[in-house]
Amino acid sequence: MKGRTRTIKVDALARVEGEGALYVKVRGDRVEDVRLEIYEPPRFFEAFLRGRAFSEAPDITARICGICPVAYQMSAVHAMEDALGVTVGGPLRELRRLLYCGEWIESHALHVYLLHAPDFLGYEDAVGMAKDHLKVVQRGLELKKAGNEVMTVIGGREVHPVNVRVGGFYRAPSRREIEPLAERMRRARDQALETVRWVAGFDFPDFERDYQFVALSHPAEYPFNEGRIVSSRGFDAPVREYENHFIEEHVPHSNALHSVLRGHGSYFVGPMARYSLNFDRLSPLAREAAREAGLGPATKNPFQSIIVRSVEILYACDEALRIIESYEPPPAPYIPVEPRAATGYGATEAPRGILYHRYRLDATGAIAEAKIVPPTSQNQRAIEEDLRGFVEAHLALPSDRLTWQCEQAIRNYDPCISCATHFLKLELDRGGAAAPC
Amino acid sequence: MARGPRKPKLAVWKFASCDGCQLSLLDCEDELLAVAGAVDIAFFLEATRAKVKGPYDLSLVEGSITTPHDAERIHEVRSASKHLVTIGACATAGGIQALRNFRDVREFISIVYAKPDYIDTLTTSTAIAEHVKVDFELRGCPINKRQLVEVLAAFLCGRKPSIPACSVCLECKRRGTVCVMVAHGTPCLGPVTQAGCGAICPAYDRGCYGCFGPQEAPNTASLSRAWTALGVGERDVLRAFRSFNAQAPAFLEESRKHEG
Repeated sequence: MKGRTRTIKVDALARVEGEGALYVKVRGDRVEDVRLEIYEPPRFFEAFLRGRAFSEAPDITARICGICPVAYQMSAVHAMEDALGVTVGGPLRELRRLLYCGEWIESHALHVYLLHAPDFLGYEDAVGMAKDHLKVVQRGLELKKAGNEVMTVIGGREVHPVNVRVGGFYRAPSRREIEPLAERMRRARDQALETVRWVAGFDFPDFERDYQFVALSHPAEYPFNEGRIVSSRGFDAPVREYENHFIEEHVPHSNALHSVLRGHGSYFVGPMARYSLNFDRLSPLAREAAREAGLGPATKNPFQSIIVRSVEILYACDEALRIIESYEPPPAPYIPVEPRAATGYGATEAPRGILYHRYRLDATGAIAEAKIVPPTSQNQRAIEEDLRGFVEAHLALPSDRLTWQCEQAIRNYDPCISCATHFLKLELDRGGAAAPC
Repeated sequence: MARGPRKPKLAVWKFASCDGCQLSLLDCEDELLAVAGAVDIAFFLEATRAKVKGPYDLSLVEGSITTPHDAERIHEVRSASKHLVTIGACATAGGIQALRNFRDVREFISIVYAKPDYIDTLTTSTAIAEHVKVDFELRGCPINKRQLVEVLAAFLCGRKPSIPACSVCLECKRRGTVCVMVAHGTPCLGPVTQAGCGAICPAYDRGCYGCFGPQEAPNTASLSRAWTALGVGERDVLRAFRSFNAQAPAFLEESRKHEG
């Protein structure tokens, strides 16, 4: 058998956001090559943001990703407020957190029920799963809808909400608009608890790695919008120093840049990292559900990310309820800002992990330079390392089973390839004679 | 054993985009399982790893054409599809990424860094209809999911979709929203933008930013004059017409007048 070559290839990965492919080459009992190929076309947001007004960044960058537009809006407004010297607190800060809860619930429920669970239960998709587990899929859809309803009340719509602006919101919702969400969130919280119990009963492939987890950390709360960047190996820095420590590398097989922590190599962002670094700041209910599901305060099996994601749905429902029940409309929907020449930094916790933005503005408030680092590009190297380790440890599996579990290993990260691709610079293909210059 | 009538085959295709419009299909939480019961979801990568070969009765296409490979792929999609419907601003007008179409190519090259030889892209982002015949264009950045359900129902029944081509203004009136431009002097693209979103921006005290693209026969010149009267500078008028539907002909033409 020694020296026999085996190839695992998936040309178009399904149930991920965006376009990617998987290629693993094995010789004997060694994995020779692993590539998560990203062929989603680049869209050059960082290039065309130049010259746009600072106030346009939340709406424009939202279009990087239809699954997590709020994350882009939040990182953009925090970076702009950092540049313009404004701090948003009180009810406006709470409303932002509530909006983010909606996105986490919607995005996580989509992934848990429609994208990831079918892997564990042996279905091609959730529609097939619904034939045997109708009630379960209906619960997932209801939960997802509850998240979307929060986004719709606060943001105006679920995909690319319209209400977020630098300094706050265009209009703060009234108590009367917010109140009906309480009943909805109470039901969602019950469903989230059922979700944690449901996924805890899945069979998890035997696989652990000693990851370097990276997430935001805030002294008083589970992180959404603010905190320092910390790692499970003692790294700790403010957001504005991000680029001193995290560097991006360009590799031939990907239209996204790979990100590494200087001196430490690959790292891991997202629910498992957040959970492991902020366990004690979850709500008591979420902590209890995690314990009951058999999770310790940190977890190293990436296949269990589906449990962690479910615990985060539960936390987000709990946190949303807290905000809804104590909500008092702010005196004004936003804090006015004045443009000035400055540079601002922002990082928030997108459903898939840290999303970093930096903007340099000129005196009129036009964007002179933009830099965006989405979570999936930060996880690319960890995904490839997982695949290498997983395949080497499971070579005895028949090829179709191994391919299935490799796809599942990628979905552990809920990769958003649309996000990961956007900031790459380009080569111009002039497409023959018609091109200018 | 007798078999029931064959279910129509639905395919969902992605080109350069954010995934938000195809997500709108999954966001139809109340209708999703009913839709999945009425059609054979034959190709929808975001939702399933199962792939059924064409031809397809209805193809929904999200995203714009930005690479040489995609410029070929869209022809394959067209030839495998009985009906082809584009969903969203990228597919119907090139999307936000069409802002590259206005940039000086040399300026773009100066932004290039890293290893450009790894990347393969066109100088422009273009709508699907510039490449193949399109049977219906559903507007919006993102599309409205109610309108998506209407389009699906219409094609499955073999009738024309009922999608109004009027302006956002009518939706404000219907919703009872006071005009933000008249009452508060807030610049609004509603008078020249196609309805469909439900006039959400004015309901949230901001002006419409045109994400559904131009309505039928819009008077953009008149609206620009009204914006100027409100004190909006030329640069901001230019930016307003040059966003998510910058390549839609009426917005493109108006924006050129403000290049200055």
